[in-house]
Amino acid sequence: MKLELRNVTKRFGAVLANDHLNITIDSGTIHAIVGENGAGKSTAMRIAYGFYTADSGEILVNDEVREIRAPRDAIALGIGMVHQHFMLVRPMTVTENIVLGAEPGSAVALDLRNAAAAIRALSEDFRLTVDPDATIETLSVGQQQRVEVLKALYRRAELLILDEPTAVLTPQEVEEFFSILRRMRSQGKTVVIITHKLSEVLAISDRVTVMRDGRVVGNLKTSETNAAELARLMVGREVLLRVAKSPATPGPDVLTVRNLSVQRVHGVSFDVRAGEIVGIAGVEGNGQTELIEALAGLLPESQVTGTITFSGRDLRTLDARRRREIGIAHVPEDRHRRGLVLEFSLSENSILGVHYRPPAASGVGAMLLDQKAIDRRADLVIREFDVRPPNPALPARALSGGNQQKLIIGREFELPPILLLISQPTRGVDIGAIEFIHRKIIAMRDARCAVLLVSAELEEVTALADRLLVLHNGRIAGEVDPSFATAEEIGLLMTGGRH
Amino acid sequence: MRDIFTISLVFSTIRLATPLVWAAIGGLYSERAGVVNIALEGLMLAGAFTAAAVTFYAHSPWIGVAAASIAGALVAFLLAIVCIRFKANEVVAGTGINILFLGLPGVLSGALFLSSGSTPQVPQEELLPTLAQLVPVAPHWRVFTNVSAISVLALLVVGFTWYVLYRTPFGLRLRSVGENPEAADAAGIRVQRIRFLGVILSGVLAGIGGAYLSIGQSSLFTRNMTAGRGFIALAALIFGKWRPVQTMLACLLFGFADAVTIQMQGVVKLPSGEDVPIQFIQMIPYLVTIIVLAGFIGQSRAPGALGVPYDKEA
Amino acid sequence: MKLRELLFPLLAVVCAFAVGAIVVLIVGDSPLQVYSLLLGSALSWPDGIGYTLFFATPLIFTGLAVAVALRGGLLNIGAEGQLYVAAFATAWVGIKFAGLPSFLLVPLCCLAAVLAGAAWAAIPGVLKARFGSHEVINTIMLNFVAVALVGYLTQYEYRVAGDPIMESAPIGETAHIARLGRFIPGLPERIPLNVAFLLALVALWLVYVLLWKTKWGYEIRATGQNPAAAEYGGISIRRQIVLTMAISGALAGMVGINEVLGYRYRYYDGFSDNYGFTGIAVALLGRNHPVGILLAALLFAVLQRGGVPVDAFTQLVSKDIVQILQALVILFVAAEAMFRPLQKWIGGRGKGEAGGKGKGENAMRQEVAVVGQQAGVGKI
Repeated sequence: MKLELRNVTKRFGAVLANDHLNITIDSGTIHAIVGENGAGKSTAMRIAYGFYTADSGEILVNDEVREIRAPRDAIALGIGMVHQHFMLVRPMTVTENIVLGAEPGSAVALDLRNAAAAIRALSEDFRLTVDPDATIETLSVGQQQRVEVLKALYRRAELLILDEPTAVLTPQEVEEFFSILRRMRSQGKTVVIITHKLSEVLAISDRVTVMRDGRVVGNLKTSETNAAELARLMVGREVLLRVAKSPATPGPDVLTVRNLSVQRVHGVSFDVRAGEIVGIAGVEGNGQTELIEALAGLLPESQVTGTITFSGRDLRTLDARRRREIGIAHVPEDRHRRGLVLEFSLSENSILGVHYRPPAASGVGAMLLDQKAIDRRADLVIREFDVRPPNPALPARALSGGNQQKLIIGREFELPPILLLISQPTRGVDIGAIEFIHRKIIAMRDARCAVLLVSAELEEVTALADRLLVLHNGRIAGEVDPSFATAEEIGLLMTGGRH
Repeated sequence: MRDIFTISLVFSTIRLATPLVWAAIGGLYSERAGVVNIALEGLMLAGAFTAAAVTFYAHSPWIGVAAASIAGALVAFLLAIVCIRFKANEVVAGTGINILFLGLPGVLSGALFLSSGSTPQVPQEELLPTLAQLVPVAPHWRVFTNVSAISVLALLVVGFTWYVLYRTPFGLRLRSVGENPEAADAAGIRVQRIRFLGVILSGVLAGIGGAYLSIGQSSLFTRNMTAGRGFIALAALIFGKWRPVQTMLACLLFGFADAVTIQMQGVVKLPSGEDVPIQFIQMIPYLVTIIVLAGFIGQSRAPGALGVPYDKEA
Repeated sequence: MKLRELLFPLLAVVCAFAVGAIVVLIVGDSPLQVYSLLLGSALSWPDGIGYTLFFATPLIFTGLAVAVALRGGLLNIGAEGQLYVAAFATAWVGIKFAGLPSFLLVPLCCLAAVLAGAAWAAIPGVLKARFGSHEVINTIMLNFVAVALVGYLTQYEYRVAGDPIMESAPIGETAHIARLGRFIPGLPERIPLNVAFLLALVALWLVYVLLWKTKWGYEIRATGQNPAAAEYGGISIRRQIVLTMAISGALAGMVGINEVLGYRYRYYDGFSDNYGFTGIAVALLGRNHPVGILLAALLFAVLQRGGVPVDAFTQLVSKDIVQILQALVILFVAAEAMFRPLQKWIGGRGKGEAGGKGKGENAMRQEVAVVGQQAGVGKI
């Protein structure tokens, strides 16, 4: 199936997400659409799938103009989409999820048995093995993704759109996934991948379209380009793909973790010293979230076993507030959920966690908020961390993802901390801000802070960390030297192979 | 003790649980679709008033019930528009509906019947019949058919709901909308339409539950006659984990507690020999609800998207 | 910015009155007559204004109570039960310690009111913090329990023998607080407007300071907007829930001061004319802000005052119309998204568009001013 977006424009409020886009996807190819976060690539494909309607422009399927006003229409035309965040109903079975919206049987009687058989056949055809009667809750992330692909295939999709499909996969799983895509291409299907991972684009696609700020800035044959050129098109200037870093000179132990177990984490032990960055790599869902939250004091103590020592003190007797007081800062992985109160102003957000004591609170018993001191603090953070727009009275909601992240990082870095827990620091952040944030993290380390960095972006964590631990199924699968380890080695550890 | 646990206790339980079952199952349709329904109380009042008023004029309880279901549907439609179309906070909007039906029946009955809030009494033969009155049975079976027809219908509704929810495409779609509306939307399902339907159904069923209160259990409508039953029904729904059969059992439990306290009046005495003050007996159903809710909510798993308005462009 | 925000509640009121007029028409009376009675009787001096301000006093207290709870992400429907318990406690202290001098007894009674209200509200707070059971159901259940409990105590324990009315014995003379008629020329002392009204004004200011100028207010608001972030910031969510409910209950309890110490000088069963529920409408209409609450409380007090002549002088409409108008206000305020196109037309700039380039994800987030903050209202 050939798909073409002609002069498509889409606005959300004041933001022009898609600006007169012209994208052509040829039949039977694997086509990548790349761009920074916020470039508009997801929006463009969601328009093709009917999730949004374009303000102007046309969509052509096999050279005919078509009206796509809802996912129903797209599905009827043979367009399928697998979203970045899976669209699965967790308590229901694989079969129920796949047939949802196209239920077999009659209006008064659902026929799931035939459906299950059909699904089994399809999954064998494309080597997407999964048990039709399992509930989604019991499946791994990789298996859930297969269900998503099966959903589209069940509805006879000829063109499959995949939004950031490899975000949740280990390097080995990525390879398996690519071979599935090649198999689909050989069967005549068309595949569109939305991604920001340039190495994968070069590995799998036939053509690549580059988007920036809502516009198409490049349309190239993959074999005729390279990572540097693509990065330059994505950002509009030369981009440093790796931040310069001098070797670490670590000092005494700051954080000592022994046999820590809580929820998904099992018997984890490691140390972080002053002046070093310890990285934790691993696909999300292997215990990273729980580990960081346990160290920050955000999980119920009754569920935690093992010891955590901070410069000689037993951390487990201290609550989250006390931990911050003694110098442990935390940049959370979900900035909207944990890191900010979106309706609060930048000022109010800049004191989250220190709001109850001087300088934010003053007077007798530190009851009243000292607005002047708060504003001073906010100005400092905004200035030092390049938060835009630099207006402390704005609600945090008004800022872009990258600026929100800089605000949080500024707030935590300015404590100043002795230990820094930092998780997914550049998720959803544009490349310019990524460089800035990376430099700041290294600066903290050079200022003798101990840094524990968790990231699902392998490139990021190998670039920044001085030592790299790999987490799999809640356990430390191994430790590697990030300057020498290969993606294959790390990938092996991520899937449970021993080092 | 033996004075309390008699066969009449069983019938009392069924009688008192019936309006709860109607309201709770109604609430189930709305909440499984993801829309919190705090307004069961107001919907029941709407149904109760409409049934009493209409039956007085039409001289037939079944017309009254039909009118009550329509009234419930209309009020629920209003709730649906406010919550789904205008994305209002569902609890606040539901509270508004409840307050509305504290006052509106009073004004309407003032206009219709020149009364201060109650409707005129409906004669005995025009009230909702028992099964015995509908189906002639042999004398020694008659004691078992001394239940209201509406109670029997309630049982059928529970079974019907179970089938619809788990064995039909509509039920599958309803559940998906309540768990993950984005996924349902991506699958091509009309999320808002199903939510509307769920809320309206809750109005129909809660309205019938209210009708039973005014022309089944009683013979007229009085101000605020539901006395919190709508909320107790909601508690039963939570206790019943949003599943039809379990919800019905929870309603029976609450009905049982209610029935026991009524039997206790005049039977159970304080150590001094005096009667237990009526106020303490009145408190019991409400205290039971609080205790049940506290004890069991932790084990209850609500529909995933319950209480979250679905906004596609957000 | 506050002035522009008044537009929306005003629209809600206008719409509510419009629909209310339709109801009156359907019933068969004249909206013009009903509304002129409803609104007009509040304007006379001294009776109209005096009674209006008197009715506004409990509404300010309950409005503040609901608003503080809402700011903390909780919906306190139990103000009715809390104020009954508090009023009874006030009377009880006033009776038990009747011999004490004024400067001791009055504060003691006030303390009783505040503590009783706080305690009754803390119960659903603890239930939510400890068990996660929703405060809406629990507060409503406790309303019924409170009414029964206080009714029992009045009937059996604290009534004067032979008194057919359900009321307690009178409180000691020294517990009385002054009617404002004593200080304002032209205002007769028969009008129950009393010092508690001044206390209500002070309470408005105190709540403002609490919410925006103190660290406790910061914690209440943070918990209400985003409990996960508040927890991250070191705030104990469980403690917040109980604390917020207690403060809310304490405010509701102050109604007892107005009623018992300033008006009837005893506990009178059933004295509350739905103050607790009206408080919800007041808080919502007032956007949970003291200035708005004052205005909204005055509006509803006007309506309540007007309900009496409406009851008496119109054929068909009773004072229930006031409750209907309240409910309509709540519904229109809750459905504020309805007014969004009008707001844009008038030129309001939404939060999401101020300044920044707001790339992708944020721009796509529709700004929704949350009335009643979804964050804390949880699942039922």
